[in-house]
Amino acid sequence: MEMDRRRLLQLGASSIACMAVGDVCSHRSRAEGVSGETTAWLDAKLLTGDSKAGPAVIDRGTLVVRGSKIIAVGRTGEVAIPEGTKTIDAGGKWIMPGLVCTHSHIGGGAAADGSAPIQPGVRILDSINVRDSGFKRALAGGLTTLNIMPGSGHLVSGQTLYCKLRYAGKGPTTIDDILIRDEQGKSLGGLKMANGTNSQGDSPFPGTRGKSAFLVREQYIKAREYHAKVVAAKEDLEKRPPRDLHLESLVEAMQGSRIVHHHTHRHDDIITVLRLAQEFNLRVVLHHVSEGWKVADEIAAAKVPCSIIVLDSPGGKLEARDMALKNGRVLSKAGVTVAFHTDDWITDSRLFARSAALAVRAGMDRDQAVSALTLAGAEMLGLESRIGSLSPGKDADFAILSGDPLSVYSRVLQTWVEGEKAFDLSEPSDALFAEGGQGAGSDLDPFLCCYAQAWQVGGAK
Amino acid sequence: MNIFKLSRWLGVGAPTWCFALMLGLDGSTTYAADVIAIRGKQIHTVSGKTIENGVVVCVDGKIATIGDAGSVAIPEGAVVRDAEVVLPGLIDVRTCVGLSGILNVDHDSDHLESSSPLQPELRAIDAYNPREELVEYLRSFGVTTVHTGHAPGELISGQTLIAKTTGNSVEAAVVVDGRAICATLAESSQKSGKQSPGTRGKQMAMLRTLVLEAIEHRSKLAKSPSKEDGKNTGDENDQGGKAADAAVVVRNLKLEAIVDVLEGKKALLITADRAQDIASALRLADEFKISIWLDSAAEAHAMLPQIAAAKVPVLLHPSMARASGEKENITFRNAALLKKHNIPFAIQGGYEPYVPKARVVLFEAAIAAAHELSKEAAIEAITLSPAKILGIQDKVGSIEVGKDADLALYDGDPLEYTSHCVGVVVNGKLFPGESRD
Repeated sequence: MEMDRRRLLQLGASSIACMAVGDVCSHRSRAEGVSGETTAWLDAKLLTGDSKAGPAVIDRGTLVVRGSKIIAVGRTGEVAIPEGTKTIDAGGKWIMPGLVCTHSHIGGGAAADGSAPIQPGVRILDSINVRDSGFKRALAGGLTTLNIMPGSGHLVSGQTLYCKLRYAGKGPTTIDDILIRDEQGKSLGGLKMANGTNSQGDSPFPGTRGKSAFLVREQYIKAREYHAKVVAAKEDLEKRPPRDLHLESLVEAMQGSRIVHHHTHRHDDIITVLRLAQEFNLRVVLHHVSEGWKVADEIAAAKVPCSIIVLDSPGGKLEARDMALKNGRVLSKAGVTVAFHTDDWITDSRLFARSAALAVRAGMDRDQAVSALTLAGAEMLGLESRIGSLSPGKDADFAILSGDPLSVYSRVLQTWVEGEKAFDLSEPSDALFAEGGQGAGSDLDPFLCCYAQAWQVGGAK
Repeated sequence: MNIFKLSRWLGVGAPTWCFALMLGLDGSTTYAADVIAIRGKQIHTVSGKTIENGVVVCVDGKIATIGDAGSVAIPEGAVVRDAEVVLPGLIDVRTCVGLSGILNVDHDSDHLESSSPLQPELRAIDAYNPREELVEYLRSFGVTTVHTGHAPGELISGQTLIAKTTGNSVEAAVVVDGRAICATLAESSQKSGKQSPGTRGKQMAMLRTLVLEAIEHRSKLAKSPSKEDGKNTGDENDQGGKAADAAVVVRNLKLEAIVDVLEGKKALLITADRAQDIASALRLADEFKISIWLDSAAEAHAMLPQIAAAKVPVLLHPSMARASGEKENITFRNAALLKKHNIPFAIQGGYEPYVPKARVVLFEAAIAAAHELSKEAAIEAITLSPAKILGIQDKVGSIEVGKDADLALYDGDPLEYTSHCVGVVVNGKLFPGESRD
């Protein structure tokens, strides 16, 4: 773990150096401390996802991967290929960073129950079915990282889960196999909050927007007082208040170590989130943000990023009536960092890139739209030092496509997660999830194979 | 530069920019001129050859001339528009738009009446709101005709109609009233507890019983002394002085609707996704020799020979319909597979209970085109093919002289994500394309 941190620091230094010398960034490398087999994809069209560190597009590019990390990116012919590297002619296919979905519901999980509107201590981690076929469909869309969220029916519906789609080979056995951990080994996730109509209901749920905001403030104030007691007690266990999982989670949110992912649609609800975020020093990401285009300047001034949804028509509820394809364009032009999300199953992860394409249709800048599928999402999860762009030192998470990801005719051919191929369209078992068909909705095969193992064990007795 | 050339340079006809830009009663921008000329770098007639650098001239709401730009004279005073690609106005073969509104609240939701599982007598014409925002929204992407009506969700939920996506009243919009009756073979139309239908077996038993009652009703009507258009009028004064006896049949709107199905005046649209439900629908059609349309049909891929043998058209689910519940085995390839097996099909926008509240057939066809269906076939699946299935191919569905002047204009490949619909013509009237602001 310590090694990882050092590598991240090195990465930071290298990025700064690149910005200073400009064009050098078109072929960057960082291989120190990385071990494993080395593979290079030559003559690919690379979408780097990061136009700050170097060019957003490299027409004839080379991507070099060692073990689970990217070690070099640049123009073919300019990137040094280490001896013993396995080379693959990409033949002009497109390679982009693994897509990051900042808001997904894959895995059938839920956190808070109907007993109370604020349940920050409940984790979705404890409820996800890792064998859900939705994970394979997400890989078929080029996704490699998800933020799996509880729903929007609560003011605080619980802790979200950041996960990597480590479905190469036999795939994960338990949820632990797909977690993203920090240096201390703690699994990472955010906190899901919501306002507007979804989180209103019969008592004890709030009936109005005013009551919604009041209940949230009340709990954050309580958490602040709780934390003050914990700090005052220092090492004295006698003085320490009994542990409260709910309040601990809110304390993490106020300290910025747990990012708040806030469902919100209407312009006034958006402003309410900004107000609460300021009052309690929350690091917040606005989600859906249907009417973001009406208050883009206010969002930009608050320096709060937006993870937006792109839908084929407005409506379905009053709050989404003014949803518009232009949202991404207006927000990004106002200076707001924009990412897209699938809200899967609201939209299909296999078609995640389509969200960016429709935003471009409505005038969003192309490079920003690609970044909104990758690096911007990584930033919103606080994982930008590890994922989100084709950058040396980052995880080797990438998708290989037949063409431009913003074209309807392009297909994701392969998806790689941490240097391992987790999806391959040419494999019939993977194509089933990419295209659909009989059996595509069932749990993944490993579930059956476990049954078979249990059967054999039983038979041996 | 004379005034006519100037007007062409501006891309509009002289009458438009000089005199007569005005707002239509339905809030849309319309033009006084009744002659519109559309110049397209590529005009997909669909029924015939695609014309490169062509012109379509529309007069009094009909297509008057089609040809090469060099050979067709644009009439003096015509409103002129240019487009990269021109398609026939798109047809959504199965939607609930106009009955199921954008807000999704009681106030604008008239697509499903749950008081009884069998209500074929519910007419769409009494529920369709031509001013629904989503109708205009669909039109802005090129949809000019919708086959809309009652939603899936009851064993028989009601009827459908065919309408143009313009018009201030339903009467002005409607093309065909009462085109089909909607049935659903799915868990969504089953009830819990002691209500019926509670099982698939009971669903079929109730449908068969209803059809048998309608057959009986029809034979009574045939013997009845008082008939009008095959139906007893039910008017007591209409007994023509004959003795009021048992032969006079009391009117029954429910059975009359099913009689229309028996006589081929209305189709029975059966929503079925699972292969076993598709099989049940085909069995019903075979038993009573009635004309059915398979609606949605997520597992069509598993029933291709059976559907082809039954010669039943498929109103195919939206390509992007969610792969869950009874659609868990859906495939993006369904459209291509139906095409390969020569099964008549069209791609629908469908019914959506939440978000997106309406789907755009243009987008759905595009996804099919990305999954082995040819571009030409994808365009046909939202133009001429639905027109043929719906029986309105003499009016709409292709760019042919004499057909309604319904056109959709694009600035590039219409199926591509990043192209735009730049204008729509419905009944010879020009409407704006998709909003960019």
